[in-house]
Amino acid sequence: MAQALEAKPDVEMILGLGTKEPKVPLERTEFVRSDQKYSILSRIVRATQVDTIVHTFLETNSSAVPSRVLHEINVIGTLNLLAAAGASGSSVHKVIVKSSTHVYGAAEQDPTWFREEDSRTAPVRTRLERSLLEVESLVRDFAEDNPHLAVTVLRFANVLGTDIITPISYNLRRRVLPCIAGFDPLVQFVEEDDVVRALEFVTANRVPGVFNVAGEGKLPWSEVASLAGAHLLPLPPIRPGVFAAPLQRLGTIRFPPEMEGLVRYGRGVDTSKLRSAGFDYRYSSAGAVLSFARANNLRRATGGSNTPEYRYEQDVEQFFRHSPAVVRGIDT
Amino acid sequence: MLRVDADQGETTDTVPAGTHPDDADFIEVIVQHAPPATASAPGPDDADQPFGSSGATVSYLPVATRPTATATEPIEDLRRSDVDEWGRSEHMRSIVRRLYDPMYRYWFRVEWEGLEKIPTEGGALLIANHAGAIPSDAPAIMHGIETELGRPVYGLADYFFRTLPVLGTLWSRGGGVPAHPDNAFRILHDQQQLALVFPEGTKATSKTYADRYRLRRFGRGGFVEIAMRAGVPVIPIAVVGAEESMPILFRIPTLAKALNLPYFPVTANSLLLGPLGYVTYFPSKFKLRVLDPVTFDVEPGLDRYSRSRVMDEAERIRASMQDALHDMLRERRSVWFG
Repeated sequence: MAQALEAKPDVEMILGLGTKEPKVPLERTEFVRSDQKYSILSRIVRATQVDTIVHTFLETNSSAVPSRVLHEINVIGTLNLLAAAGASGSSVHKVIVKSSTHVYGAAEQDPTWFREEDSRTAPVRTRLERSLLEVESLVRDFAEDNPHLAVTVLRFANVLGTDIITPISYNLRRRVLPCIAGFDPLVQFVEEDDVVRALEFVTANRVPGVFNVAGEGKLPWSEVASLAGAHLLPLPPIRPGVFAAPLQRLGTIRFPPEMEGLVRYGRGVDTSKLRSAGFDYRYSSAGAVLSFARANNLRRATGGSNTPEYRYEQDVEQFFRHSPAVVRGIDT
Repeated sequence: MLRVDADQGETTDTVPAGTHPDDADFIEVIVQHAPPATASAPGPDDADQPFGSSGATVSYLPVATRPTATATEPIEDLRRSDVDEWGRSEHMRSIVRRLYDPMYRYWFRVEWEGLEKIPTEGGALLIANHAGAIPSDAPAIMHGIETELGRPVYGLADYFFRTLPVLGTLWSRGGGVPAHPDNAFRILHDQQQLALVFPEGTKATSKTYADRYRLRRFGRGGFVEIAMRAGVPVIPIAVVGAEESMPILFRIPTLAKALNLPYFPVTANSLLLGPLGYVTYFPSKFKLRVLDPVTFDVEPGLDRYSRSRVMDEAERIRASMQDALHDMLRERRSVWFG
């Protein structure tokens, strides 16, 4: 994301805030280490007079972190972020939140296409969905209390890409895709590239509101497996989570609770709102899967060594950025 | 390091392969847009801005966006199946049609009347009376229209089907769509297709043989409202014969509750054939009459329509269907031979 923004000349300064150091070289981005709750954010906002905050680290992979951490990151982190953005005298006039279509859940009574204003039909059962909904309600209240700010929420469908690990991509990488026997639901995907482009789009344009982001079309779960060259692993229709648990323990598959509804009933979101705002997708749902499959093939063929390691080194970066000895404007 | 044109964001060939943006470790990216007037003026951050004077059209991008081949060229024909966004698969439908055709032709000996009233293009909402413990009318109507008119029909039905393993998937591939107002509107208005609904719902299929050919309440008239909103005509179809193909003698509510089914019927078929009776229909003669399309003189696309108008229209359509059924039954001499 930061790299994409760096390419834009009208962006004067980019400030990255993370718990870990960046894994890719960033030319202009100033990076600040923070804790998970971003408690230092309000100081940064005051000190730098930023005007846009892009909140991209809502955790949507519940198998990656324990539930307490999930709550800390998502809810408390957002709370601090909004507090910093809404503090008196804050220069922020745009807040962008990266959410997920998990907020819609997946149930039998769902419409085939969710619009942004539709609410979910099934009660909230999983902690991930609960935490995302809590975040969105915080953001909604924030937008109401601060009508002068442009608050944009992007709800992304299942993201696929080489750099992001989701339960689905974890499974596809291992070429095992859990499914529920007898069910072949329709699902949507969005390519990582389109995720970045969508964030970039709403950063560059003033489009307040909630938007669904998903690649065009829907495809059956079985086709996802065949496009990605994965084998379907059928779980029994009754309590699939129980049967998936030992396999999860072994690391064979990832099957978090929020995935159960998805592989039983699927989920579709209507993306016409973001389209009519002027955003164009580069990948369809099937394109996202195929692109992921190809990248995955490459990764397997080269043993995963095709990505040169980058290490962020504070001193070196500082030297290149600020030292008078470095001649600016020459490719280094 | 490479140069890119910032306006187009396209990278040159010298992209180091495999390096791409990584969001995973970024929590927020805070951006400051330079106001055009103060772009060259030293602001509080300009002192720390190494690229403040690097020009507006060219900037430096250390790494490319993703270097996969797919980023630039669109992938053609990447789908492996023809399952559409509703779950319907024409391939699957054609298999079902081939299997079902003998049943349609020689078992039920389906006879249509007024099939020309169904448009060959444009959306239309087909409604029909519903009967039989496991309704035999929906497949017959869908099969008839698809073979005669060569256009797909989406059968809107209770979402209960979705919860069934295997059957639910087959139902969806065969053109079944969960009945939801938004789904109906999309099929009828956005895609201008045919949708088939049974306004009586499960109230009709669960009724016993004693109540045959007595139309139940037409829901809350939702089908009229959808047709009004989508701006399409309602085309009623009166079906005779389905009632006798699997008549319900009585129901067992406790068993239905235990099995989580909408109703548990004991049919004449099941008394004769045992469990096999739930998959075997009696060979009653099917006669289908398409009634005149009903159009509504209202503005399409509204969120709500007059409740009384909707209910009146629904009731009028129901009455016309009931009349047609009585008329057809008067003419019928035999359940089995028509």
